[in-house]
Amino acid sequence: MARQYSREHEWLDVEGDVALVGITEFAQEQLGDIVFIDLPEVGDEFDKGDDIAVVESVKAASDVYAPLTGEVIEVNDLLADEPATVNASAEEDGWFFKMSIADKSELDELMTADEYKAFVESES
Amino acid sequence: MGADHRLVKWCDVFIMLEPKLDLMPDNKQTALFSLHQELGGKMVPFAGYEMPVQYPLGIMKEHLHTRASAGLFDVSHMGQVELSGDNVEAKLETLLPANVQALKPGRIKYSFFTTEEGGVIDDLMITKDGEGKLFLVINAGCKEKDLAHMRAHLDSVQIVERDDLGLVALQGPKASAVLGRLAPAVIEQAFMSCQFVDIGGVNCRVSRSGYSGEDGYEISIPNTDLDRIVRLLLAEEEVEAIGLGARDSLRLEAGLCLYGHELDETISPVEADILWAIPKSRRESGGFPGAERILAEMASGPKRIRVGIKPEGRAPMREGTELFHGEEKVGVIKSGGFGPSAGHPVAMALVQSDLKEVGTELEAEVRGKRLPCKVAALPFVKQTYYRKSK
Repeated sequence: MARQYSREHEWLDVEGDVALVGITEFAQEQLGDIVFIDLPEVGDEFDKGDDIAVVESVKAASDVYAPLTGEVIEVNDLLADEPATVNASAEEDGWFFKMSIADKSELDELMTADEYKAFVESES
Repeated sequence: MGADHRLVKWCDVFIMLEPKLDLMPDNKQTALFSLHQELGGKMVPFAGYEMPVQYPLGIMKEHLHTRASAGLFDVSHMGQVELSGDNVEAKLETLLPANVQALKPGRIKYSFFTTEEGGVIDDLMITKDGEGKLFLVINAGCKEKDLAHMRAHLDSVQIVERDDLGLVALQGPKASAVLGRLAPAVIEQAFMSCQFVDIGGVNCRVSRSGYSGEDGYEISIPNTDLDRIVRLLLAEEEVEAIGLGARDSLRLEAGLCLYGHELDETISPVEADILWAIPKSRRESGGFPGAERILAEMASGPKRIRVGIKPEGRAPMREGTELFHGEEKVGVIKSGGFGPSAGHPVAMALVQSDLKEVGTELEAEVRGKRLPCKVAALPFVKQTYYRKSK
């Protein structure tokens, strides 16, 4: 399935009942140098829109919202020691977590790559 | 610096970092505004001005560049004020605890206006230009209240805000070599001294001072020539333009107080641990607002005091984070972030003074979790101000 995007600047690769989630290239660029990422723990459950992670740049802390309702099933341990991986590779090596998808209808609100691109342009 | 340390939501980050100028209709611009835009600066509202928080290099690299080479900062938002009149030195001493009367022409002192309650109205630099002539640099966010305060209390003193002047700081170990190429007289200029030199055909006020912990200069330049002279400086290969983000991380690592954080009207200079700026004569004679509280705290010790804080983990501890010793709340972080040169998170806090010893183990409450941290020596990096070789 093609990559999808949220209005909160996250990307999602959905496979079956599982989504791999990270923040977009646009988001990492806006945040600047990332020095710490507070990731959820495996087994934590979230409703769509809950605070699920925090990204700390040199200057500021920013919340990341759960793009879907579900349970965290894996986190990217690399980010604990190398948070700058997100600056270098936001949409590949810098993925944040995998979560199960409790309600597939929530996927309908996500955007395609083209839609997200237009969304970013309208925001800036 | 402003409120931009707090936990912000995504949308705020975009407001903070994107040049959405329609969101800041009332903000002023410095004479370098178009240059900032040309350099790709991310403009944000700060103390009533649109200022670059960073350039494409990014805060981390801008910070490291300044410590390794030379960084150029636009600080034109700060207030530059001339005071003149008979006995202006003695009159200014009634508002602050510096020994202004002993200041020699061409020398600079750091001081602060105090409140009747012993808090701080603003911190500032005072240069003595000559008998009865002083030049002040005050914080952007405090300009209005400082001017009102001086106008209310300084009788028969002429107070002129020099908003026709811009101000830039050139900071870093190569600042002296760079500026010396354009104006050789600055190379051996003493720390905390001021002289007028010709730069690019313009008479500029050059002070050997700054707020990064590095050697460097602050250069006051007429707005009409500011853009051209800054381009001359930026053309030197050692120099990069540096934004307010790195200015903040540099001063935090250097252990320097920032008004609105470690200093405000409720925090005394004793609590802020800046007693070095109150000379012996003023400790004895008093005669400045709030002397009663300040001298009493000096004698018996303050209840709380500014310290460095080193988080044990990688999570930065931001402004407002509460500190605990066991179950007891013992302090609060006043500035906190990541120290690019230190290589770890750094912070400054006000803590109960019985816990000020370096190495004291505390806990900080970050997003509901207690994280370990320690009281750390300030500064986090060695200050490298210019000392003339004997």
